[in-house]
Amino acid sequence: MTRVQRARFIQTLAVGITGAAAVFIIAAALFLLVYIVVRGLPGISWAFLTESPSGQMKEGGIYPVIVGTLYLIAFTALFSLPVGVAAGIYLSEYAARGPATRAIRLAISNMAGVPSIVYGLFGLALFVILLDFGKSILAGALTLACLTMPVIITATEEALRQIPSDLRQASLALGATRWRTIYRIVLPAAGPGIVTGSILGLSRAAGETAPILFTAAVYYKRQLPDSIFSDVMALPYHIYILATQVTGRPDDIIWGTALVLVAGVTLLSVLAAAWRSRQRRKVRW
Amino acid sequence: MVTENQQTIRGSFELKDVSVTYGVETAIAGVSMDIPPNAVTALIGPSGCGKSTLLRCLNRMNDELGNATVGGRILLDGVDVYAKEYDPVELRTKVGQVFQKPNPFPMTIYDNVAYGPRTQGIRKRAQLDEVVERSLTRSALWGEVKKDLKKHAFELSGGQQQRLCIARALATEPEVVLMDEPASSLDPISTQQIEDTIAELKENVTIVIVTHNMQQAARISDLTAFMLRETMEAPAFLVEVGETRAMFTNPGDKRTEAYITGRFG
Ligand SMILES: Nc1ncnc2c1ncn2[C@@H]1O[C@H](COP(=O)(O)OP(=O)(O)OP(=O)(O)O)[C@@H](O)[C@H]1O
Ligand SMILES: [Mg+2]
Repeated sequence: MTRVQRARFIQTLAVGITGAAAVFIIAAALFLLVYIVVRGLPGISWAFLTESPSGQMKEGGIYPVIVGTLYLIAFTALFSLPVGVAAGIYLSEYAARGPATRAIRLAISNMAGVPSIVYGLFGLALFVILLDFGKSILAGALTLACLTMPVIITATEEALRQIPSDLRQASLALGATRWRTIYRIVLPAAGPGIVTGSILGLSRAAGETAPILFTAAVYYKRQLPDSIFSDVMALPYHIYILATQVTGRPDDIIWGTALVLVAGVTLLSVLAAAWRSRQRRKVRW
Repeated sequence: MVTENQQTIRGSFELKDVSVTYGVETAIAGVSMDIPPNAVTALIGPSGCGKSTLLRCLNRMNDELGNATVGGRILLDGVDVYAKEYDPVELRTKVGQVFQKPNPFPMTIYDNVAYGPRTQGIRKRAQLDEVVERSLTRSALWGEVKKDLKKHAFELSGGQQQRLCIARALATEPEVVLMDEPASSLDPISTQQIEDTIAELKENVTIVIVTHNMQQAARISDLTAFMLRETMEAPAFLVEVGETRAMFTNPGDKRTEAYITGRFG
C-alpha cells in the first residue's frame, strides 16, 4: 500500500467506526423506548392511573404512587432551584477567578460524582435522624435536592456564560449596578437555558430510587400524603418493590409503572425544549 | 481649564499623566490632555495603541475588567472621578458610551431607551414617554420608529440599532458620550447618519470618539489626539493632541504625518 492508499484506508475505517458507534447509540435508545412502550402499554388504563394498588399489590392502579413522586419532585424543585440558580449566578457573575473559586467548582463536580446511594445514607443521617424530619416528603426532597443541585448550578453557569458580554457592558455603561444588570438583562436572556438544564436535573431526580429509599419512600400506604412530614409511595421505588419483593411478579403493573415514569420525564423534557426554542426565536443576538 | 462658564457648560475632562496596566503589562502611560466641553475629540492611532483603553478610563469601565489598574488623575469638570468616594455608577450616568458593535438589549425599542432612566428610578409613564421621544429624536431615529416603539430591537437594521444605542446612551442626559468606532460595522449611508447625529449632538454634549477612518476624524472632530505604541516593550503614549484642521494640514510630528497620510498603521 502506498502512503496515500493507507491514509485513505484509515480515513474510511475512521468514518466506519465512528458511524457505527452513532448508529449503535440510536438503535439502543430506540430499542429501549420501544421495549418499554410495548411492555408497558397493556397495563395502562384509566383505572390504572386513578386507583390505588390492591390485592397484595398485584391489582389496582398506581395513583398514590404518581402523586407521591409529583410531591417529591415539586419540593425538590422548590429547594434546589433557588439555591442552585443563586450559586450559579455567583460563580458566573461575581466570583473572581482564583483558588477559592476553583475549589468551589471542584467541590461541585465531586458532588455530581457521588453515588446516589451515598446521598441516601447522608439524607438518612442528616434529615431523617439528626434533624428528626423522619421518613418524609421533606427529608426525601431535601436529599434529592442535594443530588440535583450540582446539575442546576452547572446549567445556570453554562447558560449565563452564553450571554454575550456586550450586553453586560451596555447595561453597566448606563449606570446600572452589577445586580441590576444580572436580573434585568442577563437572567431573562439566560432563562431558557437555566430552565432546560434544571428540568434535566429534576427528571433524573424523579427516577432515582436510592436517595429516597431510606428518606421518603414506603412500600405501601393507603392514604395520600397530608403534609410534608408524611412518607409516600414513589414510582421508581414502586418498580423496585414489585420486581423484587412481590411474589409472582405482576409484569403488567411493573412495566406500566415504568412507562408512566418514562413518559412523565420525557414529557417534561419535550415541554422544556419546545419552550426554549420558542424563546430562542424571540431572543437572539 | 478653569473658566467662568464652567458652571453652565459641563462635560470637560482633564487627564493628568494617565496610565493603564493590565496585570503586569502597562498598555498606556503618561497621557495628559484636556478634552473640551461641547466639542468632538477624536482618538486615532494604529490598532493596539490603547485608544479603547483610554476611552474606558473616562467612564471607569476598566474597573469592570478586573485586571486593569489606572494611574494618574482624571478630572470631570474639576472633580477627580477616580477618588475613593466617587461612585462609578454615578459617573456612568454622566458619561455614556456607545460601543463598536450595536448591542441593543433583547427587548423592545421603548424599553431599550427607557432602561437608563428606569435604572435611575424614573417610573412615571408620561415622563418616560417624553425621554424616549426626545432621545430617539436626538439620535435621528424617531421618525423611523415612532409608530412601532413596541417592536423588538433586533428587528431593526444594523444602522438603526446603532442609532438606538445612541438614543439609549442619551436617555440619561449625559454630559459626555464616548464612542468606540461607532460606525465601523455599518454601511456608508448609516455611517453618514451617525456622523450627522454626532454633529448635532455636540451642541450640548461632549463627544470622544475612537476612529480608524482618517477622513471621518477630519470631517467630524474639532480636536484630534494621536496615540502610538512604538514597541511591544514600551507602553503606548500620546504623540500629540491639537485642533483637527491644524493636525491634518500641518502635523507637528512626523509620526503623525506618516500615520494620517497612511504610511503605517
Ligand atoms: N482586558 C484586557 N486585558 C489585558 N490586556 C488588554 C485588555 N484590553 C486591552 N489590552 C491590551 O492593551 C493594549 C491596548 O489595547 P486597546 O484595545 O486599548 O487598543 P486599541 O487602540 O483600542 O486597538 P484597536 O484599534 O484594535 O481597537 C493591547 O496591547 C491589548 O492587548
Ligand atoms: Mg479598540
